[in-house]
Amino acid sequence: MYIDPHIHMVSRTTDDYRQMALAGCVAITEPAFWAGYDRSSAQGFVDYFRLLTDTEPKRAAQFGIRHHTWLCINPKESEDIGLAREVLAEIPSFLDRPSVLGIGEIGLNKNSRNELTVLHEHIALAAKHQLMILVHTPHLEDKLKGTRLIMDAIREHGIDPGRVLIDHVEEHTVGEVLRRGFWAGMTLYPDTKCTPQRAVDIFEMHGTDRLWINSAADWGVSDPLAVPKCQQEMRARGHLEAAIRKVSFENPFRFLSQSGRFSTGH
Amino acid sequence: MSIPMKARDIADRYFLEHRAKVLDLAAFLDRYDRAAQAEGHAATDRIDDGRVRALLAAIHLLIDRKPERARRVLELWSDRSTDPIDRAPMKGAIGVAPLPDE
Repeated sequence: MYIDPHIHMVSRTTDDYRQMALAGCVAITEPAFWAGYDRSSAQGFVDYFRLLTDTEPKRAAQFGIRHHTWLCINPKESEDIGLAREVLAEIPSFLDRPSVLGIGEIGLNKNSRNELTVLHEHIALAAKHQLMILVHTPHLEDKLKGTRLIMDAIREHGIDPGRVLIDHVEEHTVGEVLRRGFWAGMTLYPDTKCTPQRAVDIFEMHGTDRLWINSAADWGVSDPLAVPKCQQEMRARGHLEAAIRKVSFENPFRFLSQSGRFSTGH
Repeated sequence: MSIPMKARDIADRYFLEHRAKVLDLAAFLDRYDRAAQAEGHAATDRIDDGRVRALLAAIHLLIDRKPERARRVLELWSDRSTDPIDRAPMKGAIGVAPLPDE
């Protein structure tokens, strides 16, 4: 049994839901993200939020998987502050939907001033509505700098770091994220971010408290079964079932349950 | 959470996978050099591509026998500036920032 706490099912097939259910997936959370192209208006996001809050929960339920979501305009589309503010204004009307856990995946992409402005406005929205936050950290060479800028921004708003998950950590960011009191997510990708082997290395070096694993499977090179494959890697190394359950079920369950809306249905 | 495997077990389980990765890296560098030489560059010329130079720089960290190589390689390849940039020049990332001495 496992939870995949970060996956973009709008980009995946119904067959993927079936395979995930067969592999033991009982619940997922889907943050709003960049669709691979820039949307031309705020109305495009409204339709996307309807997809996340209406359509995907029904599609997941066919396979016994509980679907939850996080709403935002992704940092890749935050350079246009005018559009970002229009989208931010639409988000409150979706916050009473039962599967909405909070604001995410917000953060930075290229660490620009406009991205940082929009990040601050997202954090302020989360603070106003007492919502949890799921953070996207930048890619590759931009990750270390961006992760620090994001954590500093969240601290400025006085948000409890225990209600914030900093995602896509790797060896050079995980230690600082955990030391500053945040939760950390490791994304299991074949080429970028963490492989299952490196994720297990990080568990062995940093422990299993406040750490989870996710597939972040989307329209790019990614694997919707990455979490069970990481479980298998832990088993192959001889780690105890209790440790495997902790990182792939109990930790995400504990963090996400702070929202008051998360359920595995079990 | 400590590592439950012995060093010999690690080698048994992962050696062939990483032997193949080293060969892939060697073949990639050969391929790059062949293409550069076909363009008229001598093997002794400075490598034009900063990504390839960063890859070669990382190899020094792999063989220095010091711990946390993965963290140190990622830090070597990271942007070390601290202020936000004025405007995002693109959506994607290159994979490495310019090396500290460049």
